[in-house]
Amino acid sequence: MQRAFLLTSLGITLALGGYASSAQANTGITWWHAMGGALGDKVEQIAADFNASQDTYTVKPVFKGNYSETMTSAIAAFRADKGPDIVQIYEVGTATMMGAKGAIVPVYQLMEATDVEFDPQAYLPAVTGYYTDPDGNMLSLPFNSSTPVTYYNRKRLEQAGVEEVPHTWQALGDALEKIVDSGAASCGLTTTWPSWVMLENYSAINDVPFASQANGFEGTDARLQFNSTPAVDHIERLTQWQEDGRFAYGGRFDDAAPKFYSGECALMMGSSASYANIKENADFDFGVAPLPYDADVVEKPNNSIIGGASLWVLDGLDDAHRQGVAEFFEYLSSPEVQADWHQYSGYLPITQAAADLTRKQGFYADHPGTDVAIKQITAGEPTENSKGLRLGNMVQIRDVINGELEEIFSGDVGAQEGLDEAVSRGNALLEKFESAHQ
Amino acid sequence: MSAPFQRHRLTPWVLMAPQLGIVLVFFFWPALQAIEQAFYVEDAFGLSREFAGLANFKAVLSDPTYYQALGTTLVFSLAVALGAMSIALLLAVMADRVIRGARVYRTLLVWPYAVAPAVAGVLWLFLFDPTLGLISSLLGNMGIDWDHKLNGAQALALVIMASVWKQMSYNFVFFLAALQALPKSLLEAAAIDRAGPWRRFWTITFPLLSPTSFFLLVMNSVYAFFETFGTIDTVTSGGPGGATTTLVYKVYQDGFVGQDMGSSAAQSVLLMALVGGLTWFQFRYVERKVQY
Repeated sequence: MQRAFLLTSLGITLALGGYASSAQANTGITWWHAMGGALGDKVEQIAADFNASQDTYTVKPVFKGNYSETMTSAIAAFRADKGPDIVQIYEVGTATMMGAKGAIVPVYQLMEATDVEFDPQAYLPAVTGYYTDPDGNMLSLPFNSSTPVTYYNRKRLEQAGVEEVPHTWQALGDALEKIVDSGAASCGLTTTWPSWVMLENYSAINDVPFASQANGFEGTDARLQFNSTPAVDHIERLTQWQEDGRFAYGGRFDDAAPKFYSGECALMMGSSASYANIKENADFDFGVAPLPYDADVVEKPNNSIIGGASLWVLDGLDDAHRQGVAEFFEYLSSPEVQADWHQYSGYLPITQAAADLTRKQGFYADHPGTDVAIKQITAGEPTENSKGLRLGNMVQIRDVINGELEEIFSGDVGAQEGLDEAVSRGNALLEKFESAHQ
Repeated sequence: MSAPFQRHRLTPWVLMAPQLGIVLVFFFWPALQAIEQAFYVEDAFGLSREFAGLANFKAVLSDPTYYQALGTTLVFSLAVALGAMSIALLLAVMADRVIRGARVYRTLLVWPYAVAPAVAGVLWLFLFDPTLGLISSLLGNMGIDWDHKLNGAQALALVIMASVWKQMSYNFVFFLAALQALPKSLLEAAAIDRAGPWRRFWTITFPLLSPTSFFLLVMNSVYAFFETFGTIDTVTSGGPGGATTTLVYKVYQDGFVGQDMGSSAAQSVLLMALVGGLTWFQFRYVERKVQY
C-alpha cells in the first residue's frame, strides 16, 4: 500500500517536472478565431501545417462565431480563468484589449522573453501601425487585414462610355452621372461598411483628422472630429447622389454586396478581402480600382487604413506556452505562409517579403487588381491622420455613426446635424472609456 | 386540498424539484447577479471593479436613445400582441368551421411555431430584401419603393410582420382549443333567437374566450418584449438609425457587443421591473374584465 503510494507520488513528481521543462511533452496551444467557411478551413490548414513542421507544440484552432462573439467568449473565459492562449480580435476591439493591462501579453514582450527571431521592421507599417503603442512596439500580431477598394462592373462602364474609374470624387461624380443617365445601371455606386469606408478611410486618405490626439493614438482623451468641413461635405455629396441615383445605400456590414452582384449598382466600395466572394457571385467581368480622393482637400492621397483582426496573447501562460505561441507567430509571419494566406483570402500580407514573394510568383499578373490594396496602403509614409484609429468603445461608436448615416441618407436629418449628433453621442462613449481606464 | 393529498407533504416538492432547480439556476441566480452588476462600474475583463451607486441607472435614464428604444418597444409590442392575437383568432374561427381537411389546415397553421426566431427572420428578410426580394420587387412594380435598410417605418413594419407570423400559431392553438370547448347550446339558442353569426360571435363567443385571450395577452407581451430578439437581430440588427432597437436588443448591443456590463445590467433591471409592472397591471386591471 505504502509502496504503491510512493510510486504514485514519484510518478506525479516526474510528470510535473516533465511538464515544467516541457522539453519532450507536447504543449497544446489554443487559438480562438472568428473565421468561418472557407477562411476557417484555411486557418485549420495553417495550424495543421505548423503542427506537422515540428513536434513540440500543437496549435488547436477553435471557431468561436463572429468577431463580437469571439471577443465576448474570450473575455468571459478569461474571467473564469479558462481563456485561450491566442485570440483573434477585430480592429475596433483594439483599444479595449490595450486597456486591459494585466490581461494580455504584448507581442513584442513575448518575443523578447522567448528570444524567437523577430524583426519589427519586416512588417508593413501601414498594417502594424494599427496595433503598435506610441513607441512603435507591436502589441498584437496582425492576422487578417484588409483595406477598402473600388470594385467596378466593366460592362456597365463600357455601356456608359466611361473608360476607367476616376481617381477623384469630383471626377467620379461626373462618371456616375453618365452611368445613370445613359441607363447603363439604375444605381451608380454603393458601399459596404459605410462608416469604415466613407468616414474613417475618407479622413485618412484626405489627411483630415477623424479624432483628436492623432486619432486616439496619443491618449484616451481623444474626441471625435469628423463633423468638420471636408467630411460633412462628403456625406452631403453622397446624400445628393442618393437622391439622383448616383449612390444607393445598401446597409451596414457587407449587406450592400448583392446590389453589386446583381448589376444594379455599377460600382461598389468594399473590403479587398471581398475579392474571392465577388468572383464567385458576380457573373460579369469586374475590375478593381483604388478609392478616390477628394481633389478639393488634398493634392495627393494618403495611404488608406485597414480593417480586419489581429491576434492577441492572453496572460497567464507558462514558459512552454509562451515559447510555443512565439514560435507559431514566427511561422505565421514567414513569407510563404503569408503569401499563401494573402493570395487565398484577399487579406493583405503583413510583411513586405510576403508581398514581394507574391509578385515574384506572378500572382498579381495573373489576377489583375489584386495588388490595388497593397499599393494603396503603402502609398507614402502614414501621417498622423492615416495611421489608423485607436478609440475606445469603437464598436458602439461605429454603430452610432452607421445609425446617423442612415438617418442622413434617408433625408430625415441634414449631414451637418447628423454628424454633429454622431460626434456628441460618440464622445459620450469615449468619455466613458476614458474614465474607466485612468 | 382534498384529504388524500395531505399526507404527501414531501412528494409535491420532490416532483417539482427539477423544474424549480432550473428556474433557480437559470433565472433567479442570473437575475440576482444582474441586480448586483447594475451597481458597479467594471472594465470588460473584470480587472477593476468599482461601486458606482446609482450612476449606471442615471446614465441610462438620461440617454435619449434609451427613451427611443422604450418608445419603439411599446409600439412594437402592442402591434405584435394585437396583430398576432387578432389574426390567430380570425384563423381559429375559420378553422373551427372547416369540416373537410380540418387536420391539414390546422397542421399548416401550427407550423410556423416550430420555426426558430432567427430562421423566421431570415425567411422574411429574403422576401423583402430591397435588391433580391420577391415581395419587395412586387411592391416596386406597384410603385412602392421598399427599402427597409434606410426607411425606419418599413423596417419596423417588417420585424413586426415576422414576429406576428411566428407567434400567430401559438395563439391559434389556444384559440382553437377554446372555441371547441365552447358550449354549443348557447350558440344554438342564440341562433334560434335569430342572432346572426356576427352578433353571436361578439355577444357570446368573444366574451367566453376572455380567459384564453387574457392568458394570451400576457404571453404575447412577454414574447414581444423578450423572445423577438432573434428576429430583430437577423432582419435589421436594430437599424436603420435605431428604428428597430427594442429594449432587449439594446441590452444585447451595450452588454454583449459593447462590453459595457454596468449599463447593460442596469437596463436589464429596468426591463425586468417594466415587464413585472406590466404583468401586474394586466392581472390587476385587465383580468377584472375576464369572465371565467
